[in-house]
Amino acid sequence: MEIDSSQGRMADYLREHQDKVIGRWCELVVAGVRGRSSVVEVRRELEDLYSLVIRAMSGTDEQAAGELRAALTELSRSRARNGFAPSETALGVFSLKDAVYELIAGAPELVPDFFAFSRTIDDLGLLTFETYAAAREQIIADQSTAMMELSTPVVRLWDGIVAVPLVGTLDSARTQLVMEKLLETLVASGADHAVLDITGVPTVDTEVAQHLLKTVNAARLLGAECIICGIRPQVAQTIVSLGIEFGDIATKATLADALAHALSRTGLKVGPA
Amino acid sequence: MERVPILKLGSTLFVSIQIDLQDESVVRLQEDLADRLAATRARGVIIDITAVEIVDSFIGRMLAMMGSISRLFDAETVLVGMRPAVAITLTELGLSLRGVRTALNAEKGLKLLSGSA
Repeated sequence: MEIDSSQGRMADYLREHQDKVIGRWCELVVAGVRGRSSVVEVRRELEDLYSLVIRAMSGTDEQAAGELRAALTELSRSRARNGFAPSETALGVFSLKDAVYELIAGAPELVPDFFAFSRTIDDLGLLTFETYAAAREQIIADQSTAMMELSTPVVRLWDGIVAVPLVGTLDSARTQLVMEKLLETLVASGADHAVLDITGVPTVDTEVAQHLLKTVNAARLLGAECIICGIRPQVAQTIVSLGIEFGDIATKATLADALAHALSRTGLKVGPA
Repeated sequence: MERVPILKLGSTLFVSIQIDLQDESVVRLQEDLADRLAATRARGVIIDITAVEIVDSFIGRMLAMMGSISRLFDAETVLVGMRPAVAITLTELGLSLRGVRTALNAEKGLKLLSGSA
């Protein structure tokens, strides 16, 4: 009951000095955002939050606490997407304490109440921090999914010849995806030659080579032959010094050579018209 | 136990597996295939596994063994119609079926046999 009454007193105080506190809070926050949001926008956001804080603290409104958390979550999430640092968002919330403290210096009898109030605001600040982290994680997860989807095209070069231009680092998850997509395309299109172009793969170590060999083996099981091309000079040196053996898999310097090889295997020849 | 039929088309034996493979039916198939190869003196075997959705290491090894057995009768084996998921499983199991030739579908498998004959 002690805390409740102290919260109630604080809520009354905040309601009484609403304009002054919001004004000061707004100044502090605007200084922090350094022109990334307009003063009017900031003020509107803070006014909403402020009235929710009062409602939550006066204890008469059951839903207010939930609404306050939801509003802060939303604010923090939108700031995360707009590139604010999490500390900036949290400091924005914490600066409400500064604004109130400056005023309360003139009313010493409220200092114990201020202590409880301060705890509440700390919790809210931490909430924005957590939400911020969660929102960023979500963004990262979305981006990596998008990258996965973008990074594995299988293109048709000719009747019965498909190519997979590999760009970026090959890890197990990506190899799996590339393998599945390639095999499905082979089955769907009836292609029996596949060109794996690794021009865009920055490094080839034993693990990447293992992944490539697996893909080639799986394609062979379906009855399709793979040609690896686009091995850059440095990559070739690494492959040889690591002792990686591509065995009887055809390797060519460029995509053009690989296509010519696949065409000749299919019994076709490109000549002057 | 279900049995897999072996059809003779000219000098080729055609095995189309349309059931979920159990260990015994694969063993039985292998025996039947050896009998038919000896009896018909076929030059090629086509094993169609389009309908096979699941393989394990045993079935993978039996497929490879059927290839080896056929070679003893001087017949070439072509495994056709493997599904991507099956190919990935066999690769992960480390079975590359070196002794068996593969083709995307039965038509290409037949072409492969006639080309090598």
